[in-house]
Amino acid sequence: MEKMGIGQHISQQFNAELEDIRNRVLTMGGLVEQQLADAMVALVEGDERNAEVVIKNDYQVNAMEVALDEECNRVLARRQPAAGDLRLVMAVIKTITDLERIGDEAERIARMARQVADGEEARVHPGQIQHLGDQVRQMVHNALDAFARMDPELAVHVWREDLTVDKEYEAIMRQLITFMMEDPRSIPRVLEIMWAARSLERIGDRARNICEYVIYLVKGKDVRHTSLEHMEAQARAEHTHKP
Amino acid sequence: MSERSVPTHAIDPQILSEAGLSRRIENEDICMQVEKLDLYYGAKQALKDINLSISRQRVTAFIGPSGCGKSTLLRCFNRMNDLVDGVRIDGQILLDGQDIFAKSVNVADLRRRVGMVFQKPNPFPKSIYENVAYGLRLQGVRSRRVLDQVVESALRGAALWDEVKDRLHDNALGLSGGQQQRLVIARAIAIEPEVLLLDEPASALDPISTLKIEELIYELKARYTIVIVTHNMQQAARVSDYTAFMYMGDLIEFGDTNTIFTNPTEKMTEDYITGRYG
Repeated sequence: MEKMGIGQHISQQFNAELEDIRNRVLTMGGLVEQQLADAMVALVEGDERNAEVVIKNDYQVNAMEVALDEECNRVLARRQPAAGDLRLVMAVIKTITDLERIGDEAERIARMARQVADGEEARVHPGQIQHLGDQVRQMVHNALDAFARMDPELAVHVWREDLTVDKEYEAIMRQLITFMMEDPRSIPRVLEIMWAARSLERIGDRARNICEYVIYLVKGKDVRHTSLEHMEAQARAEHTHKP
Repeated sequence: MSERSVPTHAIDPQILSEAGLSRRIENEDICMQVEKLDLYYGAKQALKDINLSISRQRVTAFIGPSGCGKSTLLRCFNRMNDLVDGVRIDGQILLDGQDIFAKSVNVADLRRRVGMVFQKPNPFPKSIYENVAYGLRLQGVRSRRVLDQVVESALRGAALWDEVKDRLHDNALGLSGGQQQRLVIARAIAIEPEVLLLDEPASALDPISTLKIEELIYELKARYTIVIVTHNMQQAARVSDYTAFMYMGDLIEFGDTNTIFTNPTEKMTEDYITGRYG
């Protein structure tokens, strides 16, 4: 598999700037992963303290997005990157938007967790949503891994996982509808869980977006709004820099 | 839940092309065609088997490091290399389907059809008016009315008229560098060439004059086919429709400028335009 190198610019300073941007995206990704993990603990275990931490920390994610946006702007203005460098900056700008939104969804889940924990009644069957949460967290983790390693094949793999997440989400919906029909008093609570499931499903979509940017970054092909088969072909194609 | 709707095909390149987002050389009207061109300075080969097409009313840029042969190739287009001692050229360059190296071709006539502007502005030490009228006078045009008309329209075409209309009979050497360069372009277009060759037209100019020249190139391409050699890659990215990257006498990659600057095919091209070459 081909790899893109950031180094080897005549300008060492430019190398350092791009490397710095890339590292900061991964730091931001790490924080977002942590937020999501904490939010899930709060939801599944009814732990309000964790929920508060997530809500309080969301500003950090936002601040990182703003700072990275600014840095990308600066590089565009001062370095006028081209080709692979340009694609890196574009992919970063898009990736951090999705990461920030994942952070927002985690915060939303934390708020719902607080709501759910407030009530007196027993929590609604957390098993399945925990499983969905684990799957989505793994997707976010792997998407960031694909970005870090510039690995389009892993990106396609993660993208495909989103199909499973969607199925799981549908199953949860059906189950929650059954709960509501059985016991109308559970409706307010179940609705909260439903929103949380919805947030997780959206996070899966965001992780999938990041995978699309990875393929764009490495292969130079925009695979948004195309079929999975097309994307797989592009990810495998011996495209950039044929000998 | 509804199934995610996924279109089965990527966005059709033809649609992008029609939207002006990417150009395709096969859709272009070809003005000049270079075929299997080799050029030797004595024993040294400066151009190696060059094949490329210059599209009509488009801007084609040649980029590459010093000594890669881009200026040499440009000079072939109006046979400026004929004047160099010990030069040998094999292969063909077709202008509207006619080989410019054929014996029947009159070089002065070729240079009238393929005009050239150099890096350093080289106005004649004459008045602004006489500089622009020079080519026409050579062609034997005497009518004051015709000359006045052509001088005005050429100066307007070169975006210089408003700045010099009140001092047409002042010496051209009194103009600024950027104005001199536009004057030279006006002189070139006064004789209505088909093709304009620009060899580093803005490298001796300040940024504002450079932008004026670039703006002018954009306007000129509505009427002329333009080939530009530039060291400034951002300039090539800004003004050209097609870009050719050359290295050590080889044409490494030729394609539409958007592709070359966002997603080049060749590693060497990528390394050069991202500043990794060297």
